[in-house]
Amino acid sequence: MVETVTLARSGSLAGRRMASVTELAPVARFSFRGSEATAIKLGEAFGARPAVEPCRSSVAGARSALWLGPDEWLLIATDQDAGTLFAALETALAAEPHSLVDVSHRNTGFDIVGAGGAGLLSEGCPLDFDLAAFPVGMCTQTVLGKAEIVLWRFAPLSFRLECWRSFAPYVADFLAQAADNQD
Amino acid sequence: MLLIPCPYCGPRSELEFKHAGEAHITREPQVADDQAWGEFLYTRTNPKGIIAERWRHTSGCGRFFNCLRDTVSDNILATYKSGEPRPSLETSGEPSR
Amino acid sequence: MSGALRLPRGGRIDRNQPVRFTFDGRGYDGFVGDTLASALLSHGVHLLGRSFKYHRPRGILAAGAEEPNALVTVDRGGGRWTPNLRATQVELYEGLVAKSQNRWPSLAFDVGAVNSLVSPMLGAGFYYKTFMGPRFVKGAKLWADLFEPAIRRAAGLGEASRDPDPDHYATRFAHCEVLVVGSGPAGLAAATSAAQSGARVILCDENPVFGGSLADDNHAVIDGMAADAWAAATIEALAARPNVTLLPRTQAFGYYNHNLIGLNQRLTDHLAQPDHRAPRERLWQVRAKHVVLATGAIERPLVFPDNDRPGIMLASAGRTFLNRFGVKPGTRVVVATAHDSAYRAALDLAAAGVQIVRIVDLRESSEGALSVAAERAGLPIMRGATIVGTSGTTRVRGVRIGRVSGRHVTDLESLACDLVLMCGGWTPSVHLFSQSRGKLAYDEGSNSFLPGTPAQDQVSIGACAGTFGLAQILRDGHRAGHAVIKMAVEDRDFAVVGDDESTGAGFIGATPHDRDPTQVKAFVDFQNDVTAKDIALATREGFRSIEHIKRYTTTGMATDQGKTSNMNALGIASAELGRSVPSIGLTTFRQPYTPVTFGSFAGLSRDALFDPVRETAIHGWAAAHGARFEDVGLWKRAWFFSRAGEDMHAAVNRECQITRERAGLFDASTLGKIEVVGPDAAEFLNRLYTNSWTKLGVGKCRYGLMLNEAGFIMDDGVVGRIATDRFHVTTTTGGAPRVMAHMEDYLQTEFPDLKVWLTSTTEQWAVIAVQGPRAREMLAPLVDGLDISAETMPHMSLQVGTFQGVPMRLFRVSFTGELGFEVNVPADYGRAAWEALWAEGRKFDAVAYGTEAMHVMRAEKGYIIVGQDTDGTVTPDDAGMAWAVGKTKPDFVGKRSLGRPDLVAPNRKQIVGLMTDDPRTVLEEGAQIVGDPTPARGTHALGHVTSSYFSAVLGRSIAMAVVEGGRGRMGETLYIPMPSGSISAKIVKPVFYDLEGVRLNG
Ligand SMILES: [Zn+2]
Repeated sequence: MVETVTLARSGSLAGRRMASVTELAPVARFSFRGSEATAIKLGEAFGARPAVEPCRSSVAGARSALWLGPDEWLLIATDQDAGTLFAALETALAAEPHSLVDVSHRNTGFDIVGAGGAGLLSEGCPLDFDLAAFPVGMCTQTVLGKAEIVLWRFAPLSFRLECWRSFAPYVADFLAQAADNQD
Repeated sequence: MLLIPCPYCGPRSELEFKHAGEAHITREPQVADDQAWGEFLYTRTNPKGIIAERWRHTSGCGRFFNCLRDTVSDNILATYKSGEPRPSLETSGEPSR
Repeated sequence: MSGALRLPRGGRIDRNQPVRFTFDGRGYDGFVGDTLASALLSHGVHLLGRSFKYHRPRGILAAGAEEPNALVTVDRGGGRWTPNLRATQVELYEGLVAKSQNRWPSLAFDVGAVNSLVSPMLGAGFYYKTFMGPRFVKGAKLWADLFEPAIRRAAGLGEASRDPDPDHYATRFAHCEVLVVGSGPAGLAAATSAAQSGARVILCDENPVFGGSLADDNHAVIDGMAADAWAAATIEALAARPNVTLLPRTQAFGYYNHNLIGLNQRLTDHLAQPDHRAPRERLWQVRAKHVVLATGAIERPLVFPDNDRPGIMLASAGRTFLNRFGVKPGTRVVVATAHDSAYRAALDLAAAGVQIVRIVDLRESSEGALSVAAERAGLPIMRGATIVGTSGTTRVRGVRIGRVSGRHVTDLESLACDLVLMCGGWTPSVHLFSQSRGKLAYDEGSNSFLPGTPAQDQVSIGACAGTFGLAQILRDGHRAGHAVIKMAVEDRDFAVVGDDESTGAGFIGATPHDRDPTQVKAFVDFQNDVTAKDIALATREGFRSIEHIKRYTTTGMATDQGKTSNMNALGIASAELGRSVPSIGLTTFRQPYTPVTFGSFAGLSRDALFDPVRETAIHGWAAAHGARFEDVGLWKRAWFFSRAGEDMHAAVNRECQITRERAGLFDASTLGKIEVVGPDAAEFLNRLYTNSWTKLGVGKCRYGLMLNEAGFIMDDGVVGRIATDRFHVTTTTGGAPRVMAHMEDYLQTEFPDLKVWLTSTTEQWAVIAVQGPRAREMLAPLVDGLDISAETMPHMSLQVGTFQGVPMRLFRVSFTGELGFEVNVPADYGRAAWEALWAEGRKFDAVAYGTEAMHVMRAEKGYIIVGQDTDGTVTPDDAGMAWAVGKTKPDFVGKRSLGRPDLVAPNRKQIVGLMTDDPRTVLEEGAQIVGDPTPARGTHALGHVTSSYFSAVLGRSIAMAVVEGGRGRMGETLYIPMPSGSISAKIVKPVFYDLEGVRLNG
């Protein structure tokens, strides 16, 4: 009797952990500071309601709010929104002590996507990227080599990295070198 | 390299922090005595043993917080938010490593 | 053609893959799987190096990381040159080029060996006694000029490469529940049981092949499998688990705080044709929840006279070369031992056809199974005996042995041999445990220090914990793997047959001999050439603690950190002082366990990635227009713009002159910027700056002075009020992070009640300074109709508007003393805005100027630069800026300190201007200032020069300085002594240009 076996199929890159790093197109970014209560008010106007839990993000459509500190959130929206959104949020929060500052041009964003992304970051970042330790939705400020960065995992194999614009070439070169260093 | 439990973010590598000197040094600018003010500025306890010190989670949530650390073993016994009283060690539970 | 001493079969080498290599230019062959040491031994080559101090011929002592003697340099060409590698760890590959070290002109004939003849002068404390002491006594010059350089040249290890390292190095931060260090039986059992829980396990081993001692074991049977087959099966099972990371060739070199372990992984050094794009090594920083140390034990040498000749090695090393590499390390062997385990080596060598000339056992009796087996096999054993000397120069040729009788040795006899194996017992490898700050406990029964209570979440198992029976080691390993991850412990018994079970105390110290103790050299520390005599001398000279003895004799201070010598040194000190070993103490083990390359530590932080290089949005334009850049912190700032043929001096003169005549553009983007927002913003600034902010109107700017709590100037900058609750604060370029941290500190911890928040906007805005009498005309067409007339927009005001359609914050400020604006646009528009202004500027023949011209122009106006004209001891009054201090404010940071006696004392140093009598002389910044044109040595300096330039506009030099009581010395002439003579200069007010300040308000 002839036994049939199912052969496992494996692609030409089987075993390699690939990742792509791309620079993000311009977006609107605001640094929002205030109490948790004010953050809830802001959420109503912004759409994405800022998370109160440390190091967590919330997303509504193209808008995201990233917890960076107990009174600090990074708001991200589309570039077209920048001017009108800033004014709208200020109007909504007029009665609340708070600070809203446009930092759209301060940061450069990168998307790091693929199974090898965590390996690239582990070359210079001391955080544990196991999904249990750094789950989807987690965001935090941290370091990559000698640069300070904001890191946000928005999907199991996808990270957003933000740094100040003058550190972006360093971060890009660091990630390129890190890619060469992978097995 | 220490693993420091930020009271907000949880345990993080020392790489994300900056040390900020001894904690619970009270600033009283109205004090008249020059000697007392000079000590506020320049005199610290530097103990061998447990010290209450300040750290800032600079490359993290940005918060200053306080920490009880054993300067002999470098074990961190407790961390707590700025403004909170120094915890008594009997109730602070198992030392974190 | 394989080496003559290679056995026809056996070993873990790949006999199908012969490789050729050279050592000191001579060709040899070996196999893949060999180390340089095993391959050389297969050819009978024992002489591998010269010793550090006496240049004595040295061979191979050990078979692993603990090797102190056989250090070689491997040269791969093109700067790939690595000195001080242990030949016992260098893996063989086709074309390997290795060289011996510390010899001249050749290994066999070495000029430095003359040190051996002057050795009575090179004893313990030699360096301290000669290099420091004699300077103060007669003859010191002779030492300093003649002996010291000669000896320093002759003593040493391999040379570092003079070329840059062309390789690159990887780093990795890793996290796991369990890190197991060492892949011998204990480590394999622990990793296996820990991995069963699904926990993340990392297992590392310094060797290329896992298995540890099992690789040398051809007797034991575990669970029905030969030991090495069991090891192979266990490793295969581990490798198949996704939660297990196996790291061969990986040295756990450092145990740091909070369970951070440094691992150095060698990735390409063993490859004949490494891909040079691949990293050479990887530095792992592993943060482990739990650590299992299974680091084994290291055999101790016996300290007998002339125990360092090539061909004298550790018994276990002899066995490793035989069993792991299939190499006979000699043909006629004398075994000297104080421990049963050497009998196993003798039995294995005898079985391979090596003649056992004699086994000399220091102990009167031994009833261990192995010695019984040796006796039964007919090996010639002499008990209660020792070696008292050896012969041979580049290879041992014979030994003298005798019977120990108290401190004497009798019945002397000479034996010919070409190999001596020695065994003083085993020293548990507690290095990592000790680095983790665990306390060691001395165990009299085994003459060893064992791990006591761990200081971190960690457990030691197997030989490093003093456990030697294989069955017990496996059982302990299995149990530890479960226990560390807090699993229910299920004990497992391993069926072990044929284990040697050799335990025993062994011996520490120097063995007795019949020779003049002042003449013999019985080596304790082979790498640093420290003898038993040196340690005895140290104790006679009064040293009692091993920490002092170590530093005086240098024992244990070589690159091997005394792996084979520490216990013997202690044993000698203990015997000399008549005190117990624990009372003398054990030296602290320090990271790294074995040397780690600088490349590995540097990792990615080299070349372009050494530091981030911060460039402004306008950098590209400046680079394309002849800018030379200077480093300011991490920033590259345009320093000056050189036109064809211009040197710096000419360029700066032109930039200053044209800016003052017409207009200049300056990239000020690097200035720190902080947005201070919230209902309490003004009150917060009141408390952080000396100035008063409450009454500053919206649309107005003010110069702000920031003090530290001690009352000294720490930063300054212009602050603009954008709205009632919103300020745009600027800081110095270098001070930006410091100022932000300072503000956050006070806000969070002293004034948490204030409703105000700080956001760094340094990089949000590109800033272009437009300065000079034509600045307004240049700017006007670009600001979309904004009224920037002097009436609407006077000096120190601001407007929010648009610049060619993009958002703009426009400040009317000046750091040149001219009519000036600073245009802030979002950074992505910085380059375009600059180019638009440049195009306008062309109509006026404006210049772009750099930081040097900026410095000159601000000095012409006497504007200070914090950190250049101030140094952390300057108060506002010292700087002549008492006007900036809000006297009526109840508190601001630094206010209380300004009243301290020292800060109001007379004769403090004050900032003044200096004009040299010769207008062409430009003073040197930092030069000291005195009142006497020909000051005697030790003359009190009144102050120093802080800023000094040639002012093209004034046609003369200008300077700023801090001088004691300076403002009371106007018109006084002081002197700046220089090597070429004193320079005289007059004290003046620190304003040199446009004294009335009319240009500013143009
Ligand atoms: Zn934090």
